[in-house]
Amino acid sequence: MSATSSRLRWIPRLTLALLAGPVLAGVAGTVLPGLGWLPALGGHRLSLEPWRDLIATPGLLRSAALSISTGCGATLLAFATVLAILCACDGTRALGLVRRLLSPLLAVPHAAAAFGLAFLVSPSGWIARLISPWPTGWERPPDLLTVNDPWGLALTTGLVLKEVPFLLLMTLAALPQADAARSRTVALTLGYGRTAAWIKCILPRVYPQIRLPLYAVLAFSMSNVEVAMILGPNTPATLAVRLTGWMRDPDLTNWFRAAAGATLQLALVLSAIGIWRLGEKLAARLGRSWIFAGGRGRSDLPLRLIGFGLAGLATVPIITGLAGLAAWSLAGTWRFPDALPTAWSLNTWMRAAPDLAAAFAESLKIAAASVALALALVLASLESGDRNRERATGAAMHLLYLPLIVPQVAFLFGLQIAGILLRLEGTLAGVTAAHLIFVLPYIYLSLVDPWASLDPRYATAAASLGASTNRIFWTVKLPLLLTPVLTAAAVGFAVSIGLYLPTLLIGGGRVSTLTTEAVALAAGGDRRLIGTWGLLQMLAPFVGFALALALPALTWRNRRGMQVHP
Amino acid sequence: MNTILTSAALICLTTASAAMAQPVPDPTDWDGVLAEAGGQQVFFHAWGGDPRRNDYIAWAAEQVQDRYGVTVNHVKLSDTAEAVSRVVAEKGAGRDSGGSVDLIWINGANFASMKAQDLLFGPWAEQVPNWQYVDVTGKPTVQTDFTVPTDGLEAPWGMAQVVFYSDAERLPDPPASIPALGEWVTANPGRFSYPQPPDFLGVTFLKQAVSALIPDPSILQHPVSDADYDAVMEPLWTWLDTLTPNLWRSGRAYPANTSHLRQLLADGEIEIAFSFNQSEASAAIANGELPDTVRSWVLEGGTIGNANFVAIPYNASAAAGAMVFANFLMSPEAQAHAQDPAVLGNFTVLDMAALSPEDRALFDALDLGTATLTPDQLGDALPEPHPSWMERLSLDWTRRYGVGQ
Repeated sequence: MSATSSRLRWIPRLTLALLAGPVLAGVAGTVLPGLGWLPALGGHRLSLEPWRDLIATPGLLRSAALSISTGCGATLLAFATVLAILCACDGTRALGLVRRLLSPLLAVPHAAAAFGLAFLVSPSGWIARLISPWPTGWERPPDLLTVNDPWGLALTTGLVLKEVPFLLLMTLAALPQADAARSRTVALTLGYGRTAAWIKCILPRVYPQIRLPLYAVLAFSMSNVEVAMILGPNTPATLAVRLTGWMRDPDLTNWFRAAAGATLQLALVLSAIGIWRLGEKLAARLGRSWIFAGGRGRSDLPLRLIGFGLAGLATVPIITGLAGLAAWSLAGTWRFPDALPTAWSLNTWMRAAPDLAAAFAESLKIAAASVALALALVLASLESGDRNRERATGAAMHLLYLPLIVPQVAFLFGLQIAGILLRLEGTLAGVTAAHLIFVLPYIYLSLVDPWASLDPRYATAAASLGASTNRIFWTVKLPLLLTPVLTAAAVGFAVSIGLYLPTLLIGGGRVSTLTTEAVALAAGGDRRLIGTWGLLQMLAPFVGFALALALPALTWRNRRGMQVHP
Repeated sequence: MNTILTSAALICLTTASAAMAQPVPDPTDWDGVLAEAGGQQVFFHAWGGDPRRNDYIAWAAEQVQDRYGVTVNHVKLSDTAEAVSRVVAEKGAGRDSGGSVDLIWINGANFASMKAQDLLFGPWAEQVPNWQYVDVTGKPTVQTDFTVPTDGLEAPWGMAQVVFYSDAERLPDPPASIPALGEWVTANPGRFSYPQPPDFLGVTFLKQAVSALIPDPSILQHPVSDADYDAVMEPLWTWLDTLTPNLWRSGRAYPANTSHLRQLLADGEIEIAFSFNQSEASAAIANGELPDTVRSWVLEGGTIGNANFVAIPYNASAAAGAMVFANFLMSPEAQAHAQDPAVLGNFTVLDMAALSPEDRALFDALDLGTATLTPDQLGDALPEPHPSWMERLSLDWTRRYGVGQ
């Protein structure tokens, strides 16, 4: 056993180095230009000039406030929605339906979901078309501010809709380890209502496992660019959108300000996570006395109805929006107020087909390679932790967060320079390595808690029956964790397919994937093309998620205890 | 600070270009260039948001592959600055040769910036064979990009001029001047907008407006100075203050770019749109996006025009191949193909008088499409103001209208 453990011992360190090295280099490449140091652009000495520029930017405060309000609002709402759905549906047949409806939405690229939603609710969108000219009498789209509202409501809604599937799937994957089914049975026997049983008995044990995904959601919601550009306010836009703009400014001196802005964004995200952590502590303190008070909450039907309602509200808009994009991809002529295209055509698909096929193959190659590598590294790290009785330390865990909380656009510039120095840019290997940085933490975050929660008595029992550590890993732990492992792989796959900036910057334009092509075309704003590419872009990860759901169900069809829900 | 840096950079570049040595490969030795280009891979970084232009680039790539054995890969960008930042990153990493960008579709501020940072290869553009056909007298913007001399560092491959377009059935008599447009917007609230500066087309609209509202637009040709900036811009801000409450969404939201503006017209949200591409309306009619009653028009006194260029970064891996491709883009054959509205509808940079009768016939045979104006109807293009105005303008616009409340 000691031979194997020493062989595996270096793997967690390698994994962390692979993850943190590039990100820390990238962060340095963000913070230093923010302090005026970027020799390529003639910044040779440190100064606070970029920060002064940043602070003098008109509307900066409002942009920063918008990042905080939309990001935190979306995370809270998404979390509340997931709770409501689970309180209402967990342990019932409805949960299976919700899961089947929501999981594919995880695969929808952010930009496509946002475009779909914008088409749905804009004054010339699908809803307005359905109620025009009868009964509203609108012959022309009304001049109403629905998307791009200055308060960021449309943006928050879009983020919630996109993050609910992710959080729900993460929570569902963690449920079996929290022994949810039996806890619920006991609580129901003791006379608790379903909602009370879930909040009081299951949530306290599930929450630690979904904390990391929640932080990732918080960081993403605060700093994302694609969704905010499409749905968010633009007078002014959120901080992330504005600093992306400065980074694209032909006046290269604006990059110093952008770097300072990215550092500010990083500080905002870190503070928000800190405040969230304090909120957790407060909720735990208040919640404990509430739980100990022993209220049974029997008449929770109204609450559960809200939960069912939210489950519907969380699925219908994106699915309808995507249907809208699908219709656009087949539209010849489609004018307001026609509810459907007046002429249909396959032109868009035919024209795009050759490009689509090539980009699709490239995307699959990169995703498969980066997910396989990441999964091997993560599983080996976790297994090594078990064998050497080491748990990931606090500092190590913080390093894991880095790729998820540092605004991509900023740390990738530093990474790009590193890629060029290592002669990795423009190669498939380089792009795969860059994807690995983003895929790894998602896979790790998805797996670490289910792994830690795996009842150690299985391994002990196997060992006492004479099984070697390797055999225990392959025949006990891995099969028991099949669902979370596959879910993690599917998440990683979706992440890889959806990565835009890393692919573009490290690929140097020489590696074109579905997403780089889709975003380039989306710049043209043609809904037909966006529909075509968005649908295909979502199809690839969708296959991954379908497999992640179907394989365990098939493998464990005769193992009741292994079902996600009884 | 930015303004100061830009002006400093502009001063530097005038001295830098004088000191430039003859580049390698040498464009005056065209046979040598052709020999070196054979078998090269050229990575052409160009905005990829227009499928028709993408198809045109693919066609041109096929031609140079067949004729010269040069392989051109179109790297589709969502923003030209991505290619600029790539070259900057390579310079930062010390990669002064073997760079990943061989050719960039560029103009205006991106060019001024790269030129100022010494990030361009050349001069080469005025030594390649097809330069002889370029109309340097009739189309002066082929040699001055937003008032910045190109100095042979970039080659023109198409003309661009602002055209307005609207549905002639709904709006038979469109406003023909900037003041008339202002009155029309007041009478039709919520039915006009422009892309949000610093979007290229949005700033162009502001420049168009200011040149119509001030008595002497020629002042815009000189670098901006603090002394006259406020006074020159005063009429624009007054005009915009009246315009903004009557804009689409009361000016609380703006379309992102030229395509978004076209989409709004297609959806019937706005009545008047405009573009830098003279055949935008014809193209959109052809693919069913706009009704066939849409027509293009220009303002009395002319609209702003410029040229599209291609430039080679200083560290390009395949400079010879890039020159061969750029030279092909300037050929009468490629220019006539681009001007065909069924292909791209992009007006030529060439001088008809300099062409052979056979080449001229290629252009005469083109049917420009119902919604495209002829070069005569387009009229004279107004020159682009100096880039320093653009920067101050978009900054001030953001302060006044871009941050709400």
